[in-house]
Amino acid sequence: MTGRSARTIRVDTLARVEGEGSLYIKLAGERVTDVKLKIYEPPRFFEAFLRGRHFSEAPDITARICGICPIAYQMSAVHAIERALGIRIDPAVRLLRRLFYCGEWIESHTLHVYMLHAPDFLGYQDVIAMAANHRAVVEKALRLKKIGNRIVQLLGGREIHPISAAVGGFYKTPAKQQLRELVDDLEWALEASLETVRWTAGLEFPSFEQDYEFVALRHPDEYPFNEGRLVSNRGLDIDAAEYEDRFVELHVKHSNALHSVVRGRGSYLTGPLARFNLNSDRLPEVARKAALDAGLKPPVKNVFRSIVVRAVELVFACAEALRVIREYEPPAAPRVAGPNRAGVGQAITEAPRGILYHRYALDENGLILTAKIVPPTSQNQKRIEDDLREYAAQLVAWPIEEATWKCEQAVRSYDPCISCATHFLKVEIDRGD
Amino acid sequence: MSSKSKGKSRKPRIGVFKFASCDGCQLSLLDAEDELLGVAGAVEIAYFPEATRSMLKGPYDIGLVEGSITTHHDAQRIQEVRRQCRTLVTIGACATAGGIQALRNWKDVDEFIRVVYATPQFISTLKLSTPVAEHVPVDFELRGCPINKYQLIELISATLAGRKPNVPSYSVCIECKRKGNVCISVARGVPCLGPVTQAGCGALCPSFDRGCYGCYGPMETPNTPSLTSQFRILGQSDAQISRAFRGFNAWSWQFRKASEECERT
Repeated sequence: MTGRSARTIRVDTLARVEGEGSLYIKLAGERVTDVKLKIYEPPRFFEAFLRGRHFSEAPDITARICGICPIAYQMSAVHAIERALGIRIDPAVRLLRRLFYCGEWIESHTLHVYMLHAPDFLGYQDVIAMAANHRAVVEKALRLKKIGNRIVQLLGGREIHPISAAVGGFYKTPAKQQLRELVDDLEWALEASLETVRWTAGLEFPSFEQDYEFVALRHPDEYPFNEGRLVSNRGLDIDAAEYEDRFVELHVKHSNALHSVVRGRGSYLTGPLARFNLNSDRLPEVARKAALDAGLKPPVKNVFRSIVVRAVELVFACAEALRVIREYEPPAAPRVAGPNRAGVGQAITEAPRGILYHRYALDENGLILTAKIVPPTSQNQKRIEDDLREYAAQLVAWPIEEATWKCEQAVRSYDPCISCATHFLKVEIDRGD
Repeated sequence: MSSKSKGKSRKPRIGVFKFASCDGCQLSLLDAEDELLGVAGAVEIAYFPEATRSMLKGPYDIGLVEGSITTHHDAQRIQEVRRQCRTLVTIGACATAGGIQALRNWKDVDEFIRVVYATPQFISTLKLSTPVAEHVPVDFELRGCPINKYQLIELISATLAGRKPNVPSYSVCIECKRKGNVCISVARGVPCLGPVTQAGCGALCPSFDRGCYGCYGPMETPNTPSLTSQFRILGQSDAQISRAFRGFNAWSWQFRKASEECERT
């Protein structure tokens, strides 16, 4: 019915993503001739105005790149700077940083699974419309999200742009009893997360598998947050300091974000699918079993199933938070003071959406000479376009409105954060009708 | 979120608009877990792309604007948003004071573009990052980086009831006193922007053993010269004092003046 004519899938303002972007797909008959994920979110120049600021300000300033994952920015910043200054953190601080990240993963994954992505699977415009028919599910989601936020609030003072992360540790660390007070909520959250795995596993997934290069951190014995080597299923195995030798950022005309590729190879995927596929053996038993029961066997190559993987990571984050709380003894001092000295440091940590790279060069007064930040969404951006080129080809016979919604759903599988990447999203499918 | 309320009395329509920002202030609405379904029941969320695919045309009864104006396109778009909104409220430090991205206002933006982007000619941006009120009349400015979600709920309730929102304009010091915090500046010599910063956060930083960094912007009539002198007594250099005022509300005229005075001395 569509004939040989050219058509366009076009979304001017991509919804249920963080930040501003659009999608344009041009179809000529059975072929996809153009795919552009456009990021029109205005540039904000963080790397430029970090120059001349003191290293102690970096966690507060870089948090403002993203209101959804400020902790990721704070963690990559403090670890990179600690490396530049040669600071070794207290093991208790290390534990607290894992707990802090658990809070952000719970809050961010719950937001994405239930409020941003699930409405696509169930055919609702948004979570409020979904709540009309699935009230109990949405109320459970809100409670789960709130528990993630409670962890962040306890350690960081507030959910968005928390104020307590510092180079060398925290400005203030909690007493044991304060953490114990989270246990009842977290035990409920662990059960709710297991239910989330079962619930998402029952959704319908388009059959769409791709041969991805998955890139994630890998730690000798933990599911990764702040430490580990950067590995891939195609033999990459590097330290954070080698990141810029192996990855390049390309500046393309249609985007205010930079496209990141593996040097000599091309696009890659970072985020929950990559972490799970490369680290499922590092998950605690409860999460591994939940994944198995949900039919997830690595490598999972269907990006639409990322919603189930996110749910598995919710199970992990709740179990890990409970473990940290059991083991926690307050550190002797909340933080190790950093000396003002020159140095260069890099760090990669696992933001909810994938790996986040920071590099800082400091002068002898501790002032930042140069900063480089590569957020997860700019790393996934090229891969999203590659996916859409393949996926849209399956949809050429579909009515344009349904094809457009499906393409949006595919994009949302990456939980793109455009505010971060402008460093994004409308969908436009062009069939030239 | 789509309305099925035709036939009943019309619910007030809310639009949420984003300019240059981190998304954190609009996320505050989704972070109000206990109030979200209640708010969604009381109003029609007509335009809120972060939360819904359904994007209904204006006019809107309340427009919540996040982000600062940094491009030619956005300078035009804010005019259209103003025309569509009966009450226009800015939410957060970007929309109210230009945000952290206003640090470009003291620099050569073309150089900034070259630092971040390999092909500068692809980038279109204004020389200044400016608050919304420099472009259109604003009915209320909600402060904070990020805003306080309870202040946001109060603001929406007050606007719907046609009253002035109960958002205090006194300083963070008052909140510290109420919490019974020992003053970290007096007792421990930690530089703190609390005396010149508007309340609203609950004196978070001092409660976590660090000085306030001014994320709620200047209080009503702040005595910045006096605080600058105090910072000097605490051994802060002019460069350090200037940096302290050049944070998330750097382009508010009071903090701008304070930082520029430090640069002149």
